[in-house]
Amino acid sequence: MIIRKWLAAAVCGLVAALAAGPAAADEPDAEPAPKPAPKVELVLDVSGSMRARDIDGQSRMAAAKQAFNEVLDAVPEEVQLGIRTLGANYPGTDRKTGCKDTKQLYPVGPLDRTEAKTAVATLAPTGWTPIGPALLASADDLKGGDATRRIVLITDGEDTCAPLDPCEVARDIAAKGIHLTIDTLGLLPNAKTRSQLSCIAEATGGTYTSVQHKAQLRDRVHQLVDRAADPVVTPVATEGAQECAGAPKLKPGLYSDREKFAEHRWYRVDVLPGQELRASVSVAADRAVNKDYGVLLRASTVHGREIVRGSEAGSGRTDVISSGLRYPKAEADDADLDEDGKPAAETVCLQVSNSFSAPASVKTSPGLPVELTVDVVDAPDDASDVASFGLGHGWWLLGVMAVVGLLAGLLWGWISRWRVTVWRTN
Amino acid sequence: MRTVRILTSLLLVGGGIFGAVGTAAADDPSDAPSDSGASGSPSPGASDGANGPTEAGTSFRTAAKMKPDQRAVADASTGDYLYWTLPLDSGQRATVKAKVKLPETARHGAATWQLDVYDGLRRRQACTYGAQSRAAAKDAGSVELSCTLRPVRAWADQWANDPLPGSYYVRLTVVDLPQEDLGLPVHAEVEATATDAGGGQAVDGALAAPLVPGIGAHTGAAQPEGSGSPSADGEAQEDEDGTAKQSAALGEPDGGWSSGWWSDRWIWTAAGGLLAALAGIAGYSVTRGSGRPSRVPPGA
Repeated sequence: MIIRKWLAAAVCGLVAALAAGPAAADEPDAEPAPKPAPKVELVLDVSGSMRARDIDGQSRMAAAKQAFNEVLDAVPEEVQLGIRTLGANYPGTDRKTGCKDTKQLYPVGPLDRTEAKTAVATLAPTGWTPIGPALLASADDLKGGDATRRIVLITDGEDTCAPLDPCEVARDIAAKGIHLTIDTLGLLPNAKTRSQLSCIAEATGGTYTSVQHKAQLRDRVHQLVDRAADPVVTPVATEGAQECAGAPKLKPGLYSDREKFAEHRWYRVDVLPGQELRASVSVAADRAVNKDYGVLLRASTVHGREIVRGSEAGSGRTDVISSGLRYPKAEADDADLDEDGKPAAETVCLQVSNSFSAPASVKTSPGLPVELTVDVVDAPDDASDVASFGLGHGWWLLGVMAVVGLLAGLLWGWISRWRVTVWRTN
Repeated sequence: MRTVRILTSLLLVGGGIFGAVGTAAADDPSDAPSDSGASGSPSPGASDGANGPTEAGTSFRTAAKMKPDQRAVADASTGDYLYWTLPLDSGQRATVKAKVKLPETARHGAATWQLDVYDGLRRRQACTYGAQSRAAAKDAGSVELSCTLRPVRAWADQWANDPLPGSYYVRLTVVDLPQEDLGLPVHAEVEATATDAGGGQAVDGALAAPLVPGIGAHTGAAQPEGSGSPSADGEAQEDEDGTAKQSAALGEPDGGWSSGWWSDRWIWTAAGGLLAALAGIAGYSVTRGSGRPSRVPPGA
C-alpha cells in the first residue's frame, strides 16, 4: 500500500522533472551531503503475541505504537529512518508462509513523520515471528552508502522459524563488513527470547535491553536512534595474510578483519627512520567463547626478528580484548639512505593472533571481528637519563650537596691557609 | 630547543628560589594542567563538574569524550559495555570513580561490576588501588567502583606498559550476573580526578605526540612513500580523512598537552646547589677562624 503510494509519487516526480526541469524528486541527488547519512531501521514484531495486555496495563502493541510515535517526533534530522514489520500480514497457520511474513512498512530515507506515523497506526498483531528473514531483509533495506547502519529489533518472543537461527543470520550480516549493528529490545522476555536476542546483539556489537515499561521502551529506542546520528569513524575492511611475505600493506588508519579461533594474521606497515609506529588491535568475542582468552600483537622485521609485542589475556565476560604496541625507529645513518639519498622505509610485519576457544557446538566461521588501528607519528628523542633532564630530587640530594660543599669549602680554606704559611715562612 | 627550555627554566628557578616558586610555575601555560591538579582548583573548562557527557559509547571507537573533574552520566541496560575517553597528561595521577544505580525491579542474584582503564593504545592499565571490581548483592541499590592509575610518565621505553600521556579509555560493565537480569535498565555515573604526582615521578624525554588514536594523520607526520597496491592507496585516501576527523574529535586537556619540561626537580637541584655554595663558604670560613690569627704579631 505504502510502497504503491511511493511508486506513484516517484513516477509523478519523474514526469514533473522531465516536464518542468529539476523538481524535488530525488532528495539525495539534489544536495550532495558532506558525509553519508546514518541509516536506521526499526524492526517491529507484530506477531499475535503482541496482543497480550501486560505492559503498564496496555497491550504490547499499543505500547510499541506509542513509543514509536514519540520516537518518530524526535528523530535527528540527518538520520535516514525506515520501519520494517515481521508477522504483520499472514494470520494463517502455514509455517512456510508465516515465516516469509516480513514487510517494509516505511522505506529507509528522509523521514516524513506524518506518513510514518500513519503507517504505524495501521498495524495490528497478527502472525508469526520470523526474526531471521526480517533481519536479512532489513540488512538489504540498509544497503548502499558507506554510513553507519543500525537495526533496532523490537520483539516479544523468540524466532518461530527454525532452522534459520537468527543469531547466525546476525553474525553473517555483521561479517559482510558493512558496519551494521543490531540492537535488540525484548518486551517482557522469557529465558529463550532473552538468550536469542542477547546472542543477536552480541554477534553484531549491539546492545540488548529487556523492556518492562512503556517509558523505558520509548527512552531506549530514542537513545539508540540518537546514537546512530553520532559521527563515528568506519573501519576499512582488509584481509591479513597467513605470513608476512604476502601481507597487505597498511597505511595509517582504522581497519577491520576477521580471524578464526587460534588463527593468526599478518599485515605490513612501512616506517621511515625517525618515525614511530603505533598499532593497537581489538579482537571481539561475538559469540559464546570459553572463559579464558587472549590476544597477541607482534611487530617483527621482515626476517622474522621480533621487535616488540603487546599482549593481553583475560577471563570472563567481555566484548573485546585488546592490546597495542609502539615502535619508534631511530634516525637514519647515512648507510640507510637509498639511491635517491632519501632514508629507506623499513617494512614492519604486524602479527595478530588470538587464543580464544569455544565449545564444540559453536560455529567457528565467520571468524571473530578484528579491529586494527595503525598510526605513524614522529618518533621521540631518545631519553638520555631516567630522571627529568638529569635533575635530582629529595633530601638526600640536598644532604650530599651540602656535605660536598662543606668539604670543598674546608679544603679550599686549608689550602689557602697552608699557602699563606708557606709564603710567610719564605 | 632544549637549550632554550633549560635557560628559561633556569631563569624561572632563579625567580623561584627567592620566594615565588608557585607563581613562577603557574606563569607557564604549559604547566597549567598539573598545577590545577595540585592546587585542587578545577580548571575553567570543567568548573561545575556537571557538564560531562550524558551518553556513553559502546566501543573504543564510539567512546564518549569527557575530561578530568567532569561527571559523565549514562542510562544503559545491564550487560552493555560503556566506554568513555578522557585525556591524561604527564605527571598526572588519575582516579576514576564509577557509581552504578542498579535496576529497581526484583533481581535474581548478585552481580559483579567492573571498571577497566585502557590507554590510547588500548592496553589495559593496572589499578594501583581502589575497588576495580565489586559484587553487588541481590538487593543492593547501587555499587561503587574506583581505580587509581599509576602516575602518567612523560616517556617510557617501547617495551614498557607504563601509562603515557594521551587518551585513556574507561570501560564499565557487568562481568558476572544471573542471565535473568540481563538487559534491565541501569544508570551509571563516572568521574575522573587527576592529581599532580610530583617531581619524583618526572622522567627525561617526551613523546613526540601523545597517545591519541589517529594523531599521526592529524599532525601530518610524513607518510612512508608507499609501494602499496593501488587498492591500498584508495583505502588510505578515505582513511586519512576519517582519522583526521577522529583525531579532531578527540579531546585535549584544558590548556593543551604539556611540554613536559617542568618538574620540581629544578627547585630541588637549584636549592641543592645553593646549599652547597653556602656550605662551601661556611667550611672556608671555619678554616679562616674569626678575624686576624692570634699568633701573627701586630703590625706584621
